[in-house]
Amino acid sequence: MTVGIVSYGAYIPRYRIKIEDIARVWGDDADILKAGLMVNEKSVPDVDEDAATIAVEAARSAVSRSNLDAQRIGAVYTGSESHPYAVKPTSTIVAEAVGATPVMTAADFEFACKAGTAAIQTCMGMVSSGMIDLGLAIGADVAQGAPGDALEYTAAAGGAAYVIGNKESELAAIIEDTYSFTTDTPDFWRREGMPYPEHGGRFTGEPGYFKHVIGASEGLMSKLDTKPEDYDYAVFHQPNGKFPSRAASMLGFSKEQIKPGLVVTRLGNTYSGSCMMGIAATLDQAEPGDRIFATAFGSGAGGDSFSITVTDKIEEIRNNTTTVEELLADPIYADYAMYAKHKGKIRIA
Amino acid sequence: MIIMSVPRFWRQQVARYNLVGTHCKKCGEYFYPPRDMCPDCRREGEIEDFKFKGTGEIVTYTVIHTAAEGFEGQTPYVLGIIKLDEGPQLTTQIIGIADEMEIGMKVKPVFRKLGEDGESGMIYYGTKFVPA
Repeated sequence: MTVGIVSYGAYIPRYRIKIEDIARVWGDDADILKAGLMVNEKSVPDVDEDAATIAVEAARSAVSRSNLDAQRIGAVYTGSESHPYAVKPTSTIVAEAVGATPVMTAADFEFACKAGTAAIQTCMGMVSSGMIDLGLAIGADVAQGAPGDALEYTAAAGGAAYVIGNKESELAAIIEDTYSFTTDTPDFWRREGMPYPEHGGRFTGEPGYFKHVIGASEGLMSKLDTKPEDYDYAVFHQPNGKFPSRAASMLGFSKEQIKPGLVVTRLGNTYSGSCMMGIAATLDQAEPGDRIFATAFGSGAGGDSFSITVTDKIEEIRNNTTTVEELLADPIYADYAMYAKHKGKIRIA
Repeated sequence: MIIMSVPRFWRQQVARYNLVGTHCKKCGEYFYPPRDMCPDCRREGEIEDFKFKGTGEIVTYTVIHTAAEGFEGQTPYVLGIIKLDEGPQLTTQIIGIADEMEIGMKVKPVFRKLGEDGESGMIYYGTKFVPA
């Protein structure tokens, strides 16, 4: 059965902080960091934005892009590492705010940075089985990184939402297949009640990111008997610019193939939104018939790969709402003090 | 801390999330927040739910520097009266830089956190406005 993307939407807060401003506070060398991370600035949420508000904005953008009847949505799943409540779903807030309630199911997903793509896979299964008509899968985060930690240079805010369906005439892109590669790998975690995640430093690279991204990507290409040359574009999870660039080169994808989706240099790492934002940025530019290869990574650890073919429908829906490029344009720059205020690092009472 | 009971917020939730008000089919008047009875047509009125587009313009605004309890971390912020395109006016926070605000400026709705009941209480979400 054909399954794919009926619509998609993204949201990025308007504030940014430059690497220089963070480096100044901790006495680090901004040029070395920028070259090493391939990140120049990252998004910062407003004082009244959290993963739920970002998820709602991305979901509303997805619903309005294809002007669909939200009552057709039978499942809402939101993936995040920063759900505002420990107990009480973000997904019910989203469902109410897009007008999908009450005849639907909902749950919140957590799998570090790939909870959103796990939600896409769940929706793919549910629309394929006929359990639901349309599924809404979201990845959204106000990413956490401890002050002074390496993560603080990249932990950003943003999200992307995908409406998954199975009626071929409605699909803006067909998801030909998906493949996951998962092991129990403690490369990054956050314990209950703790404000910031911990990570295994360099251990997050080879046994975490690369093993699972390469494992999932090679697995999917082998299953479909495709090669990097068969794809016009590729997107890999973007904790920084270096990791996806290296993963692409290890797999045989070119710099040109990953260029449209590599938004991390101007956005930072939006955790659950990261790979999904890259796919959205690529869909914003792709032509009918183009093929997109995408692999998300979540610490803990796993990789989810997708093989996507864009249809004629993309041209009908693409310009109905804000593109990722438009969301990245015209930022307001915050200094470290403003960033600390926005992130709630300054305690008032 | 915002002093609002959970049931009270919940009753107004759809109106706050999605700008759902009411419309009198008899005289054509729109109401936000929603009214159950048309003040002009009274018993003759025919009230129905109505979802506002959300676009409108700034009627007037002020910049808050000394905030009420629970909003101290947000100063300076802009509080204004918005006239929705369909007619009703409402008091709301307007997101953006205070110096860039102007009376008559076009606005559109955004979904934001309105407040929270301390660190352990409920988080209140709803609509604010940004320059369009």
